[in-house]
Amino acid sequence: MSDADVPLRSKQLKKKGLTRRQKRSLSRGIQYVVFVAAVVAFAVAADWDRLKNQFAQWEIAREMFPDVITLALKNTVLYTVSGFVFALVLGLVVALMRLSSVAPYRWVAGVYIEIFRGLPALLIFIFIGVAVPLAFPGTEIVGGTYGKAAIALGLVGAAYLAETFRAGIQAVPKGQMEAARSLGFSPARAMISIIIPQAFRIILPPLTNEFVILFKDSSLVLLLGVTLEERELAKFGRDLASTTANSTPILVAGLCYLLVTIPLGFVVRRMEAKAQEAVK
Amino acid sequence: MSESLLKAGPEIEVRGLHKSFGDNEVLRGIDLEINQGEVVCVIGPSGSGKSTLLRCVNLLEEPTKGQVFVGGTELTDPDVDIDAARRGIGMVFQQFNLFPHLTVTENLTLPQRRVLKRNKASAAKAAAENLERVGLSEKATAYPASLSGGQQQRVAIARALAMGPEVMLFDEPTSALDPELVGDVLAVMRMLANEGMTMMVVTHEMTFAREVADRVVFMDGGVIVEDGTPDQVIGNPQHERTRHFLSRLLDPAMADVEEETSDQVGKGD
Repeated sequence: MSDADVPLRSKQLKKKGLTRRQKRSLSRGIQYVVFVAAVVAFAVAADWDRLKNQFAQWEIAREMFPDVITLALKNTVLYTVSGFVFALVLGLVVALMRLSSVAPYRWVAGVYIEIFRGLPALLIFIFIGVAVPLAFPGTEIVGGTYGKAAIALGLVGAAYLAETFRAGIQAVPKGQMEAARSLGFSPARAMISIIIPQAFRIILPPLTNEFVILFKDSSLVLLLGVTLEERELAKFGRDLASTTANSTPILVAGLCYLLVTIPLGFVVRRMEAKAQEAVK
Repeated sequence: MSESLLKAGPEIEVRGLHKSFGDNEVLRGIDLEINQGEVVCVIGPSGSGKSTLLRCVNLLEEPTKGQVFVGGTELTDPDVDIDAARRGIGMVFQQFNLFPHLTVTENLTLPQRRVLKRNKASAAKAAAENLERVGLSEKATAYPASLSGGQQQRVAIARALAMGPEVMLFDEPTSALDPELVGDVLAVMRMLANEGMTMMVVTHEMTFAREVADRVVFMDGGVIVEDGTPDQVIGNPQHERTRHFLSRLLDPAMADVEEETSDQVGKGD
């Protein structure tokens, strides 16, 4: 009985029009065609010779080396790393204040986050570059431009990282704090030894994002007024572009940014996979 | 801390304990004494307040009213160093709560190093000894996630023991385990009981309570209903509520019919 039933029913199910599988491959095929057509249309429409003239002059590109790496990229990394470290420390402090049981701490942290998350990084750089020397005449920020850049980037990054840290800390199960407290850890020690290391694993991806954002925001250092030796990639590229009246340096500078961000993505994905292995 | 050990009083003493969460009064006046070396099992239906009582003993929950003494020290005294007091009180949780980012050995050594300031060698020694006691020496370098629930719980017990506690609190230590893994954990607890550890155990394991406990406390609706030897409380319960609870526990198939009414009775109290 059931032997006769099955073919009949499956025939009925198959009858009407395209199957789901066929519909799916049809719609995917259309997507591919549209995509390829768009790319080809742009490629055909663009004037490649003029683009090449303006952006890909081999001679000009070659003259940028090694300075673009040893000076500009080095400075970019230096600004970013020092700003990121400052942002990590300040962001963690603000996050802990935000989670504090002391109400004024929470308020201060909230106000800080709202202000520095809401302002364009550009304005903060101008503020550090102009307002601080006006307000405190005669005082030098330690490290000169490097110190100022670290502070400006750190202030921007800390507002975002504070929220990231807070989310990460709250994502650690409550039982972890209880276990630590029941073993005699003080709240601060439990936070440092048990909770924050676990929170770090959780927030590794958004942490990388923030690093990349700061890496790009480091181009704003030019607003602080930099010497030739203090130039980072964007300023270095723009300066050369204006002296050579050609945009090749901009393209090279852009590639140098990618030179750092793309491998960084790979490394972090590896770290994530490893951390996952240990926990899961 | 050490002079308090000379006191002859009970190891754990709870006086007039009340605990509310908002409007919900979970504990309504608990008085309980547990002597040194005694094993006390706390049983009762869910929502009876037994876990809250246990968590009040090491002040993971702050009592609303009343006093808690452990080893002669009043933990509810606002000036007491609660972190120091907790060092003498081991706690084992239903969900194990091992630190997932640390290996088994690190789970045992980190608290000793950070809290007791033991040096690396003596922390490692205590860790190895206690892992051996729970039969998990071969898992020393594993991460908690690679262990079974029963193994994780035994590591959690070893972690608490490595701190050298005077008292051990167990909060439904086998409730999250697959049935076939319960036995290993209970065996470790039985060993501890035989060694004379003072233990307060919130549990649904009646066989364990009957065989290992010196006393069984039955709680319902935030109060202690019965308190006596296992033979008295489990074998010959005096109160209707105790009998009802035990009959449902021993024959779950019977329980469904009565579920509705008993819940309403519980809420009405």
